[in-house]
Amino acid sequence: MHDMSTHAVQHHAPPTSFIRKHVFSLDHKVIGKQYYALALIAALAGMGLSWLMRIHLGWTNAAIPGLQLLSKNGAPGGVMTPEYYLQLMTMHGTIMVFFVLTTAPFAAFGNFFLPIQVGAEDMPFPHFNMMSFWVTFVAFVVLMASFFVGDGPTLGGWTQYAPLNAVGAVAGPGQGLGVVLWATSIALFCVGQLLGALNFIPTTLDLRVKGMSLMRLPLSAWAWFITSCMGLTAFAVLMPACILVILDHVAGTSFFVPSNTVINDQLLPHSGGSTLLWQHLFWFFGHPEVYIAIVPGIGIVSHILVTNMRRPMLSHRVLIYSMGALAVLSYMVYGHHMFVSGMNPISSLAFSFPTLVITIPSTIVVLIWVFSLYGSKLRINSASLFALGFISMFVSGGVSGFFLAQPSIDIMLHATYFVVGHFHMVMGVAAMFGIFGGTYFWFPKMAGRMMNETLGKIHFWLSFVGTYCIFMPFHYLGMAGNVRRYSTFVDDFLQPLIPLHRFITVAALLTGAAQLIFVYNLIHSRFWGKLAPDNPWDATSLEWSTATPPPFDNFGGQHPVVYHDPYQYGVQSSTGDYVMQASPEQVKTEHEEK
Amino acid sequence: MATTVHEPPQIDPHRLPDPRHSGNGGGRNLAPADGDLRVTLDYSPPPSSTGIWVVLFAITMMFAAFTSALIVRKGSSLDWQTFTLPSILYFNTLVLLASSITLEVSRRRVAAFMGGLKSQVESPARWLYITLFLGLLFVAGQYVAWSQLSAEGLYLATNPSSSFFYVLTATHALHVLGGLGGLIYVIRKLSKSALRRSALVATARYWHFMDVLWLYLLFLLWMKL
Repeated sequence: MHDMSTHAVQHHAPPTSFIRKHVFSLDHKVIGKQYYALALIAALAGMGLSWLMRIHLGWTNAAIPGLQLLSKNGAPGGVMTPEYYLQLMTMHGTIMVFFVLTTAPFAAFGNFFLPIQVGAEDMPFPHFNMMSFWVTFVAFVVLMASFFVGDGPTLGGWTQYAPLNAVGAVAGPGQGLGVVLWATSIALFCVGQLLGALNFIPTTLDLRVKGMSLMRLPLSAWAWFITSCMGLTAFAVLMPACILVILDHVAGTSFFVPSNTVINDQLLPHSGGSTLLWQHLFWFFGHPEVYIAIVPGIGIVSHILVTNMRRPMLSHRVLIYSMGALAVLSYMVYGHHMFVSGMNPISSLAFSFPTLVITIPSTIVVLIWVFSLYGSKLRINSASLFALGFISMFVSGGVSGFFLAQPSIDIMLHATYFVVGHFHMVMGVAAMFGIFGGTYFWFPKMAGRMMNETLGKIHFWLSFVGTYCIFMPFHYLGMAGNVRRYSTFVDDFLQPLIPLHRFITVAALLTGAAQLIFVYNLIHSRFWGKLAPDNPWDATSLEWSTATPPPFDNFGGQHPVVYHDPYQYGVQSSTGDYVMQASPEQVKTEHEEK
Repeated sequence: MATTVHEPPQIDPHRLPDPRHSGNGGGRNLAPADGDLRVTLDYSPPPSSTGIWVVLFAITMMFAAFTSALIVRKGSSLDWQTFTLPSILYFNTLVLLASSITLEVSRRRVAAFMGGLKSQVESPARWLYITLFLGLLFVAGQYVAWSQLSAEGLYLATNPSSSFFYVLTATHALHVLGGLGGLIYVIRKLSKSALRRSALVATARYWHFMDVLWLYLLFLLWMKL
């Protein structure tokens, strides 16, 4: 019996056909790249939508040439209607949160590098891994299809609050078929991410090579592992919520629509549903989702910083524990999104406390970074610049979280641009900087070629300054009482703020254009970049021990043995100031990760 | 930057990975700095034994979400109408429990078969087929329960109580069908003599979990409907 259990389950032969190699590939590296490509396309789509919204907010009556081609009713003559503005806003949020911030830092980089960093040949269930990507791809297609069918995508916001999400087409454009497509897309997305967690968790626990104890895992591997545990819990709850919404639409059930709901002078047939139920189910997923977006970034940034500081973090262990604490606490704070929902005020208090507590592990992470950086001779390159930018955004966006954590202040700021500024910085831009940093750092290993550093640095400075120009004024707008989700501010007390909106719009257009430098750099370097050596950054973890790009089975038929803790920098060895994890060389002073 | 001076570890620099371990964890080569005992194991568990717990956890979370939705929905309004559960559900329960027993019997047969006692165990798959049949019988029984309810005029949208009845039982039945897929996989692999023990163990765990989940759902529905 015993013999049967010791088969190496991740063995599979290199594919030969084009389809198996590049389309329905079982190779975690190809799947990682596919996720990255999907995230890139989604990010460009989401950015395009934000451009359209910003132009409308700055110059409300201006026609955007060609917009009427996207939606005849939504933008007659190229001027978008308020409903169409909301539809674009909803799609921007959904695309960015699900298909960019979840797929790129977690599914893309995690798929490519987690198995290599633990020394495995592949994920344990390659077929599920392939399904994970293709289900996510179908989810994206279903979501984008809602632009082109019926009266367009849903306008309910990425949170899809009840009862608006369940009352049907009577509530406005996109509220019938648009919502059904949205909920179907997100339910499929959940399946994809659950299949991802099914691979990530056993990869980390069971496929580690000899000598790779848990504490010897690089910080990025820890981040992906923790994120997969969070995703497992969160997406398993969002999926049933989406199923119930779909049933309210297509089967006439009443899960979320209360009795006697009248919309557009029509009494709805539903009765007795609970609107708060949706909010509870959604935010039980929704808040951990914020950390699903940011924890991989924390891991990636730590990994980049350690490599470029040439010395270990102040505390490897505490950083890992802090990420774990963020993961656990993220489930206890979700009610802070619902302070103004009509929830019992005592619940608000109960959710406010852990929300303030969660700032402690976040602060510890930042302090470890800052004090580890202090006095180090940081190597400045595009990756480390974006890592620094990540810290900056994480702090700037996080500080406003202190204010929002308190119900009394949140009631004032909840529906304003203050919250929009807060989450764009701490979750959106910070996570994007993590993705950019990861790209500049790992591109050589993924593509076999170096990226252009000069363009990378230009990209960083334009993005860094640009995003501050966009999102810092949001906080001011919020404090001045500028409400969210409105498509226009021309005729009311907010008119004096229009010049600021125009400034933000210009900044958004320029910062968005700066991202095209990145796209150019990515594509140009992929084909014409300088060939990358195996270990361009003098790094220690296992992904740099193998060839560039890695062979099909990652280590060319061998299994590395791990002899060292992950970040042996600043030591004296035959290779210089570092010893790789897989190197059997003994050094006199070895850091013990503590 | 604090560094610690270690005693030089006893490493054979020419030591190669043990080919038997194939990258799945393995014996330790150095005392790990953190005293982590996992690396001192000779063999890591096969990934499917971790993977199946991941699957079961996801299913648990899903039904926990449905349960909390049921409780909140019932408390949020006065339109909840109770109804008597179709009695065939109790028969189905027995069928499902019996299928777990037959699966355990087949696991023993397969173990004996794989252990080389082929002459004693002629067809190890027979009990797996019986389990498969019982599983199908359970799903068919659930279908009968749904038809009985709809014959009484209780449809998916009739009342929140019937909505939850259909949603919970249908979701469970879909997961049972997934388990049947697992059984078919096991039978196919067994017929090719390519069955891994871990695959059989994982399928069995999933199958027994379907029992436990069903007992829970039956209790919940009996209490709340």
